[in-house]
Amino acid sequence: MEKAIKRYSPIFVLPTLLAFTIGFIIPFLEGLYLAFCQFTTVRDAAFIGVGNFKRIFSDTTFLQSFKFTVLFALASIIIINVIAFGLALLLTRNLKGTNIFRTVFFMPNLIGGIVLGYIWQILINCVLSLVGEPLLALNSTAGYWGLIALVSWQQIGYMMIIYIAGLQNVSEDLLEAAQIDGASAWKTLWRVKLPMVMPSITICVFLTLTNSFKLFDQSLALTGGDPNHLTETLALNIYYTFYSRAGAQWKGLGQAKAVLFCVLVIVISLLQLKATRSKEVQQ
Amino acid sequence: MAKRKKISNINWSILLTILALLYVYPIIMIIFNSLKQETAITTNGAFTLPTSETFAGLANYVNAIESKGFLQSLGYSLLITVTSVAAILICCSMCAWFITRVKSKISQALYFLFVFSMVVPFQMVMFTLSQTADALKLNTPYNIWVIYLGFGAGLAVFMFAGFMKSVPLEVEEASMIDGCNPLQTFFRIVLPMLRPTLVSVGILEAMWVWNDYLLPTLVLDIKKYKTIPMLIQYFRGSYGRVEMGPMMACITLTVIPIVIVYLLGQKHIIKGVAAGAVKG
Repeated sequence: MEKAIKRYSPIFVLPTLLAFTIGFIIPFLEGLYLAFCQFTTVRDAAFIGVGNFKRIFSDTTFLQSFKFTVLFALASIIIINVIAFGLALLLTRNLKGTNIFRTVFFMPNLIGGIVLGYIWQILINCVLSLVGEPLLALNSTAGYWGLIALVSWQQIGYMMIIYIAGLQNVSEDLLEAAQIDGASAWKTLWRVKLPMVMPSITICVFLTLTNSFKLFDQSLALTGGDPNHLTETLALNIYYTFYSRAGAQWKGLGQAKAVLFCVLVIVISLLQLKATRSKEVQQ
Repeated sequence: MAKRKKISNINWSILLTILALLYVYPIIMIIFNSLKQETAITTNGAFTLPTSETFAGLANYVNAIESKGFLQSLGYSLLITVTSVAAILICCSMCAWFITRVKSKISQALYFLFVFSMVVPFQMVMFTLSQTADALKLNTPYNIWVIYLGFGAGLAVFMFAGFMKSVPLEVEEASMIDGCNPLQTFFRIVLPMLRPTLVSVGILEAMWVWNDYLLPTLVLDIKKYKTIPMLIQYFRGSYGRVEMGPMMACITLTVIPIVIVYLLGQKHIIKGVAAGAVKG
């Protein structure tokens, strides 16, 4: 059978492989090389070694966006996961209307980042003007919390679904045993449910982590980095380095930042894989 | 005990209802603002309902459709999403079948590359990808699906391969012995079994392509072609003053179809998205 399939490999593999080469392999390798070059287009690249990477660390906007992204990721991970888990607990109690609630909470997940950004910009600016604070364009604190509110609205429902699936897998016997042993609801939660849904928690924490690090559309639409690059995420900072500054020195710097960013995301993903795997063994 | 539980359940239900109302409020707010006259849309008045004086009827919608090119954008978005998702489903399922059934170093290396590409953030390749697309003339809505197939292949191949590993070989072997060639075996035997995974992958990739902003912005010529996310971003970027009314009309016109599709197919959508998450 293998041999027969192999003879058909051009039909089965080639279309995807060709598109993959155009859409990923070539751009990736070229991007890797260009990080060590000075260029304005792919053709006029001149190799300059690690100079671009050295310049990253003297670029204050990059360091600022790194700090912003880390702080943003920390807060949004905690907020999203705590609320999503709480909702999942409530929605596994056989309350009336559980399905409607589930539908409503999941819905924002389907709306695109740009649209979400503008919806929340209008909403937050209205709140700010009603309480007499400066608007988003001048208010980095509001930009920070606004972005957290936005991604919470978007992602809580998604994580909630994963937690619900996890909670439904906790065996009835175990819960019954805890009840017979006289465990309070609180104790059952901490000692039985929480340890049993550990795999879901790992998945959700890392999903929110990678989502926060890669965040682009929402940040672009909500604040665009205003005021003064203070609310720029890493992805947005790279974009601006490429496209809102003219001159050969910036493209190389942008590509070097992109490589560094890529390494960062890969490291996070590897950690995620390791954590998920080790949790699976215990199960 | 039972009674106490019942009362607390009612309290929780009330809390959830309030939360659910807060959850849909941002969308409701955009809808009623899109019905206001331009001068009545102010920063601090976003929460007030339109009155008889400020009510603009469907003027903003007419404006959005007639002079802002909403229908054109809708057409491009639909075209790109349909062609890309179709290409991804057909090509990637075939590729994934090959990779899982032919055990060789090359197929394993390919699989690894596909998985690797899922992790790489778009910023890493955005500049070089847009240049490659320009050089190969893949920069129109009619053939941008090649780029989407390439960049979306990772997730699709990964999910298809994950499912195929659990499909028993015997059925396929039987069909080959009965004289089917691999193509017939794939389309008559394997593809029908794949249906749930096809739905999951289709939904995930459609959501991605439909909502994608940066890739089409960098690849397409923005003066000629604007997808819906590009159109909405264009409102702020390129007109002197942001015209809020037509913009909110566009947002409403974008969100409503998504909500309808979601309500019709929510079981598949929630399942599909969750399947993608657990595997990713």
